[in-house]
Amino acid sequence: MAEKVLMKGNEAIAEAAIKAGCRHYFGYPITPQTEIAAYMAKRMPKIGGTFLQAESEIAAINMVYGVASAGFRVMTSSSSPGVSLKQEGISYIAGSDLPALIVNVQRGGPGLGGIQPSQSDYFQATKGGGHGDYHLIVLAPASVQEMADLTVKAFDLADKYRCPAMLLADGTMGQMMEPVVLPEVDTAPVEKPWAVTGTKNARPHNIINSLYLKPDQLEKTNFERYEKYRQIEENEVMYESFMMEDAEYCVVAFGITARISKNAVIAARKKGIKVGMIRPITLWPFPTDAIAKAAEQVKGFLSVELSMGQMIEDVRLASGCRRPVLLCNRTGGMIVSPEEVLAKIDELVAL
Amino acid sequence: MLTQILIAGFGGQGVLFAGKFLAYKGLFENKEVSWLPSYGPEMRGGTANCSVILSDDPVGSPIVSAPDVLIAMNLPSLDKYEDACVPGAKLFIDETLIARKIARTDVDAYYIPATKMAKDAGIPTLANMIMVGKMIRETGTVSFEGMEDALKKVVSAKHADLLEVNLKAIRAGYDYEG
Repeated sequence: MAEKVLMKGNEAIAEAAIKAGCRHYFGYPITPQTEIAAYMAKRMPKIGGTFLQAESEIAAINMVYGVASAGFRVMTSSSSPGVSLKQEGISYIAGSDLPALIVNVQRGGPGLGGIQPSQSDYFQATKGGGHGDYHLIVLAPASVQEMADLTVKAFDLADKYRCPAMLLADGTMGQMMEPVVLPEVDTAPVEKPWAVTGTKNARPHNIINSLYLKPDQLEKTNFERYEKYRQIEENEVMYESFMMEDAEYCVVAFGITARISKNAVIAARKKGIKVGMIRPITLWPFPTDAIAKAAEQVKGFLSVELSMGQMIEDVRLASGCRRPVLLCNRTGGMIVSPEEVLAKIDELVAL
Repeated sequence: MLTQILIAGFGGQGVLFAGKFLAYKGLFENKEVSWLPSYGPEMRGGTANCSVILSDDPVGSPIVSAPDVLIAMNLPSLDKYEDACVPGAKLFIDETLIARKIARTDVDAYYIPATKMAKDAGIPTLANMIMVGKMIRETGTVSFEGMEDALKKVVSAKHADLLEVNLKAIRAGYDYEG
């Protein structure tokens, strides 16, 4: 087995991206994700890759658009306010059906907000973010190991479906160090016959474009894209089920709050409360079926989030509002404690 | 076993470094570990702290809000975290920089003149590792053996000469009776 090393979550993303064959990184510094850019700045020149600190987040995402058009694995990373700036470019990339990785190591908002961890970009990540009919594949790591593994997964899914993917982490996941075994990746390049690489007069032009002035054509591309999304929803949902076999209550949490909630679930079990947890790993596609199935089994749900309550809407939808759904939350950079989650579990039981 | 350690002090005292060392030491002893720094506008002279968890089972929350072990390198840190410690916790206090004794009676306190010891030994930047040495002695959370392997992970190859002085500091803390 490969060696376990201690790495920050941000560094694990960067190294995993390189292992996944990413040789182009464009970004602009912002806390708490700057280690990704710093790592790329050090490593990329040594392996023949490109690191470029752009003049702005907007420039960086459009450089990603360009490299993705040429068929190379490419990424950018930022934190919440910076990811807002990228939204126009992300919409163009989605509208042009291009694979790319966007990393958001979230901090408190809205506005410039603060620099402490947050999950309040859930809506932005899973419901669009930019304009138009599109989705991103959104992956939510809950350990440094997953920061690495899901980075590789995100590149693979993006290529498979010609669709931009987002890794949605937070300041804690980015800054913490844990042992990680860096993934060994089969780097065989994915065939991309659609890429704009020059025709050499041997084939017709490939066109990368998101502008369709004829509405029937634009409608057609949107319908086709949503057929692709349907396949992603069918095939790519990932979640972790924890102590759900006999659960009478279900906590739903992702990323850092899932780890905190796990402590609370274990503590509640010690008190004799039959509670389990569903941890969405893909936030889009959301594990709707798993929540729906749990709704048949449990008496209530608890959504734990570092926001004013965003994922809770998906939990309500997926459960068909058949069971009460409570919210346990902190926001603005504050972090929920296991004790607060446990108190909410007690509240749920007392309903 | 689950040990939740909080190391706190001024930026520049090597608080994060000491935590990284402990995390690596735990890793080499096949423990599950996590290390989480405070991050933000801290700089030399500001406050800094890090949470280190060493456990036999996978680490849940990486945030230490109720420490089993507190290493306090300045007064604001002791003021802030003394009450947060669990009953029975072990508190390690740099008495060169912290004049007061603890108020609690349900925890164990160890007062080490670490900053003075470091200065006297000609290693003025290594009070942090003196504290770590004493902590290892009194808690047994990690073994005293094999320090070098973990140190090599946190002292960069460029500064290999610092290995020896770090070891010296850890030993000075380990041997300190008081």
